[in-house]
Amino acid sequence: MKNWGFKIPDSRTLDLDKEDLKLYNKIVEKVPSARRCIMCGMCSATCSAANHTNFNFRLVHHKFRMGMFESLASELDKCMLCGKCRMLCPRGVNTRAVIYNMRIILDNMYYKNI
Amino acid sequence: MENKKTVLVIGAGPAGISAAKSLANDNISVTVLEKEDTFGGNINNWAKLFPNFKDAGEVKSSLIQNFVNNQNIKIVYNKKVTELKKHNQKWIANTSDGEVFESDAAILSTGFKVFDAQYKEELGYGIYPNVITSVEFEKMYKNGKILTVQGSVPKKIAFLNCVGSRDEKVGNHYCSRICCIAAVKQAIEFKELYPQSEAFIFYMDIRMAGQFYEELYRKSQEKHGVVYIRGRISETSSTIDKKVQIKAEDTLAATPLRMTVDMLVLMIGVEASKSTTILSKQNNIDGPYGFAKSKDIHTADNYSNENGLFLAGSCKRPLTLTETIADGKSAAISVVEYLKQTK
Amino acid sequence: MEEFTKKYWKDYQKEIADDNFYYERSCIRQSFFPGSEAAFLKILRDILGKNIIDDPNQHTCTGIGYHSDIVPFDTTMTVVARIFSLMKDHGVNNFIPSCVTSFGIFNEVVETWNHFPEEYEKTKLFLKQATGRDFEIPQNISHASDIIYKYRKELKEKMPYRLVNRNTGKPLRVVEHIGCHYSKLFAKKSEGGMEFPKVLVGMIEEWGGEVIDYPERRHCCGFGFRQYLVMANRGYSVANTKKKFESMQPYKPDFIVANCPGCTMFMDRWQYTIAEMEGKTYDDNKMGIPVLTYEEMAGLLLGFNPWDLGLQLHQVQVEPLLDKIGIPYDPKDKYVGKSGNFLGEPEKPENLVTVYGK
Repeated sequence: MKNWGFKIPDSRTLDLDKEDLKLYNKIVEKVPSARRCIMCGMCSATCSAANHTNFNFRLVHHKFRMGMFESLASELDKCMLCGKCRMLCPRGVNTRAVIYNMRIILDNMYYKNI
Repeated sequence: MENKKTVLVIGAGPAGISAAKSLANDNISVTVLEKEDTFGGNINNWAKLFPNFKDAGEVKSSLIQNFVNNQNIKIVYNKKVTELKKHNQKWIANTSDGEVFESDAAILSTGFKVFDAQYKEELGYGIYPNVITSVEFEKMYKNGKILTVQGSVPKKIAFLNCVGSRDEKVGNHYCSRICCIAAVKQAIEFKELYPQSEAFIFYMDIRMAGQFYEELYRKSQEKHGVVYIRGRISETSSTIDKKVQIKAEDTLAATPLRMTVDMLVLMIGVEASKSTTILSKQNNIDGPYGFAKSKDIHTADNYSNENGLFLAGSCKRPLTLTETIADGKSAAISVVEYLKQTK
Repeated sequence: MEEFTKKYWKDYQKEIADDNFYYERSCIRQSFFPGSEAAFLKILRDILGKNIIDDPNQHTCTGIGYHSDIVPFDTTMTVVARIFSLMKDHGVNNFIPSCVTSFGIFNEVVETWNHFPEEYEKTKLFLKQATGRDFEIPQNISHASDIIYKYRKELKEKMPYRLVNRNTGKPLRVVEHIGCHYSKLFAKKSEGGMEFPKVLVGMIEEWGGEVIDYPERRHCCGFGFRQYLVMANRGYSVANTKKKFESMQPYKPDFIVANCPGCTMFMDRWQYTIAEMEGKTYDDNKMGIPVLTYEEMAGLLLGFNPWDLGLQLHQVQVEPLLDKIGIPYDPKDKYVGKSGNFLGEPEKPENLVTVYGK
């Protein structure tokens, strides 16, 4: 293949035809309350880890739901499972269980060889 | 023995019917002028009503009890009122075929029409196949089947909120109030018919400002798995297999997104009906966007600035059915108050 | 198109002049598509019998420079005024640029003069001081493709060939592409506005072809100028054309036609670039989808020799298309110049399949 000094960038449009939205169903199986989330952001607002890192639980949950799995595994490591988010969630989502189950699925996807 | 008072009710929708029944109950002679050949107005477009999926036909049946065959109510169908004016304390209605009606007071209950989605060309309504409006979806639902033009069940369906509302480009800044809940209702109806298919709602806000609405939203997510994507669809295209390609932004993740769905349902907004605008203008009671303006939105909402001309229902603003039926009754009470004063 | 859309087209039916034209050639078109402008002149003079001035004194409109932020707008206005002055020397009033960017420039400058009369006065002064010339704003500015569109019915009478696959009898499936500066700058100055422009669609349908409506039809090809001129940035431009190719691929078009020099070049050259960089092609034979200018399309159907039209310089081989239409050509003449000497064959690409170099 030729190299003329430039790369043709991929589209950064999220193509929901191609993304794997079915992986979220595995989370929902274990944590049915996850579907109730309305992205209000109360969880990220109170998050302990968000005070010192750029960890954003709302965004992580949303990205997982939309099939944007890149770099999510390392993001989840920042959560300390303190539970403040679960205490506040107005829709009663079991946020800790969501993190826990996301870790299991993403670990299998990304950390299989470790 | 004084003469029985007469009232003209223009429009036999829920507001008009409710007002007429209430007036008849007070022994007032009511003439209802309806431009179509049957009553009901916009209820005829709906199969099931939010928030409890009540059958629209049932509501119609309960509305017309004591409406038809009421000795104080005369209903005239196929009569479009072209001119409504006051003349010496009487109200005169001229109709399209020349017949003239007269009364002591008049109630404008000419209701609303839905936004013509063809004006949003970029959404492809009337241009690409499988782009339909919420009214057309409801018609299909009434027949028990939601099918694409190719005759198959949609595997993916998308609903787009705020079509023709909250949109400067079509001149309607306001919110139509009833489309958010209608979308949630229709998405649930779709998922109940076809649990294996996926439903998406594209929204800017989910405005659940009524009793049981928020609970329905929650149920649509939890029980039925409707996916809510925050981002307004900008344009559609047609693919080679007649599916609809849509482009939106996932605002919560700040990423542009693209997906192909089998059917796109446009939640079209509420506009003042032509009669509302024309008859309001004739009497100088037209308000913003062609709706009729009441005398005071808090304390005299059924009165207009024209003595003897009253307003009932969604000729004033987008209303739910509950509010419309109640507004018809309250318009009737206002008319009775007025008639008692003017002997 | 559906009835409702047809209602709005009458807003975008612009006035196109019918004779006595001044032709403004393009800077780069003659390098990439050498026969196109000559074919245009031949069509207008010999076939339609029109008066069209081909002025050897003309020069660039500074479109490329202006859009690359190198030439300031005042300079562009003065240069455009000089071109109008040259037109005035020849005594004609109807201006037709060959390039779509030029078309955009001329419209932009004239609109500026209309809205800001002080700029018009300033330009008059600059031109007078620099060259001693006076100028007049042309009565009509239309793009060259508008003229072919206007006379498409008259040309059809003279065409021995049609855009029909002679083996199957079905119309050829054509992708048409309008330059951004043709319709997206001033929608009312284009034939049909920007949503459903008619200029190429009218030609294709009149001459027997079928237009394909694919999702990314209105997407820009990525030319633009500023981002493209620097090679390290070129990937951004190529990505746009690639998006169009991926979208049109399922429709299996027979060829692409465009009215802008940049777009035609991009659609033609990048099929080579993408094939060599990534191994991807967008047709069934790994040869690419042939790309034509509208003059080449008209010229082929009128029976001009393909090699006189300059088709041998296209990156994507046009022979399969010529075979489909049934246009005769001599493969041996392909790389033989006007003088009769063999000019040499191009290098064979790694991935893109070509007819030569077998």
